[in-house]
Amino acid sequence: MPPVSVAAAAETGAVEARERHRKLARRQEQLRTTLWRLGVLVAFAGAWEGATRGGLINPFWVSGPSLIVADLWKAFTSGSVFLHIGVTLYEAFLGFVTGAVAGILSGFALARWDRLSRVLDPYVTALNSLPRVALAPLFILWFGIGVTSKVILAFSLVVFILLVNTYAGAKNVDQDLIIISRLLGANRRQLTVKVILPSSIPWIFAGLRLGLAYALIGAVVGEVIVAQAGLGFLISHSAGVFNTTGVFSALIILMVIAMLLNELMKATERKLLRWRPQIPGI
Amino acid sequence: MLSTPPAAFSRKIVVESLSHAFDIDGRSVPVLTDVSLEVAQGEFLAIVGPSGCGKSTLLNIVSGLFPPTTGRVTVDGVPVEGINPRIGYMFARDALLPWRTSLANVAFGPELAGEPADRREARARDLLRLTGLAGFEGSYPSQLSQGMRQRVSLARTLARNPDILLMDEPFGALDAQTKLVLEEEFLRIWERDRKTVIFVTHDLFEAIAMADRVAVFSARPGRIKSLVALDLPRPRSVTAGRFGPRFQDLYDRLWDDLRYEVVAAG
Ligand SMILES: Nc1ncnc2c1ncn2[C@@H]1O[C@H](COP(=O)(O)OP(=O)(O)O)[C@@H](O)[C@H]1O
Ligand SMILES: [Mg+2]
Repeated sequence: MPPVSVAAAAETGAVEARERHRKLARRQEQLRTTLWRLGVLVAFAGAWEGATRGGLINPFWVSGPSLIVADLWKAFTSGSVFLHIGVTLYEAFLGFVTGAVAGILSGFALARWDRLSRVLDPYVTALNSLPRVALAPLFILWFGIGVTSKVILAFSLVVFILLVNTYAGAKNVDQDLIIISRLLGANRRQLTVKVILPSSIPWIFAGLRLGLAYALIGAVVGEVIVAQAGLGFLISHSAGVFNTTGVFSALIILMVIAMLLNELMKATERKLLRWRPQIPGI
Repeated sequence: MLSTPPAAFSRKIVVESLSHAFDIDGRSVPVLTDVSLEVAQGEFLAIVGPSGCGKSTLLNIVSGLFPPTTGRVTVDGVPVEGINPRIGYMFARDALLPWRTSLANVAFGPELAGEPADRREARARDLLRLTGLAGFEGSYPSQLSQGMRQRVSLARTLARNPDILLMDEPFGALDAQTKLVLEEEFLRIWERDRKTVIFVTHDLFEAIAMADRVAVFSARPGRIKSLVALDLPRPRSVTAGRFGPRFQDLYDRLWDDLRYEVVAAG
């Protein structure tokens, strides 16, 4: 590298100042967005509360923010809710991990082994187009009303998402990268591990994010149908005794869990995909 | 106008009556017809020709990516059968692995060959310094300019220490100034050990400034229309001599041959 000239240094200084200014502007914009978001929440909760207190709607059907907050407070302080959260997370987690591993492996196998994919293609398509939530009653029949049937339902949802995404990722590798790697001496195994796998990571991550959401759906749907514990059980049980507040409390807990899990995934993804070009605004 | 390489050199690459046709929608489309060519050890051969005349196809065949329909290629007297990492190949598109840093991209070839990490990284570092990228070892391709990416790509091509370089319009995608700088630097690097080079370009200036001989290809299906030896002194500068009378002569002669083919190719 040529030595840095005075002019270049001055320019660097100017660039840094501009960069600082942009950062500040961005932070202000973020703050504004956050305030507006809070505003929307307060307005919505306020309208809800007002409508139920003012007698516009009967809280028996729609509950109300203050009732829900009180219910949540009780649930968390008494600790009664933790078992349900734990059960649902446990089922979703097991279904997610097993489904993701199986989906990624089979996606790669299909992508790298042409005969296998030619033979299995119609079956994969058929199973994938089946709404697998409809299998829930069957799974409960086979695997009982406990945790296992929910894990398997979550698994069945996750596995195909990961299979399809991994397959697409492995098939969409830039051909130039394959050719240049072969020219540099890569064998088949090295191509899979060092080129196709890393280049499919963005696709796999997209699948994992979706898969995580679906794992939670699988667990909760299973519980809603029949269970002894879990947030889905809490929902159906509360609804069964006309406790709308209980239903809303469980829904809010679910929503927060799903959002936290999604953020966790995004952070992991950002860390692993540092090499991707940073597009401002995304 | 046909010329053979000086007899004192050994014949490094020999292409013998090579023809190639691609199957396109069940039709056989001829791309190269009866190409015969000898490249001497240490020679710098440039190939020019209208686009679509089969220049890249020829390099692909020489690199061993696929066999020709008929004819054969030998390197050091041994027929080319499959890929040989001793032949370095560089494209116009950088084809860098986007998830690898410059250093890891350059070290990729040695890594595939099972070279230990400290050795291959030391070599990659040296090569990045050689190609003017010291300080950018940790950058990802997305953080580099196109010119810098081609420098990384050149370093990667050199990393397995090939004795033949196949270059397919390596600077063709760069802006005019960056291109001049990279040409200059490539010549400087080439002068160190004078590897055997086949350099495809669509830029006659580039061909004359760098090569020992220039092969002009006809429109598709490509065959060698003329082979012109350039008796310009070395070491050369890419820019100096560009406007001299010798250069102009060679340019006119090559352009005469080439223009006809470019028009014929449409
Ligand atoms: N893999 C391929 N399959 C079918 N046709 C091809 C393939 N590669 C190149 N061609 C065709 O062969 C001709 C020569 O291509 P190429 O060697 O890339 O030309 P050049 O590099 O001289 O521009 C073009 O018409 C191109 O479309
Ligand atoms: Mg080409």
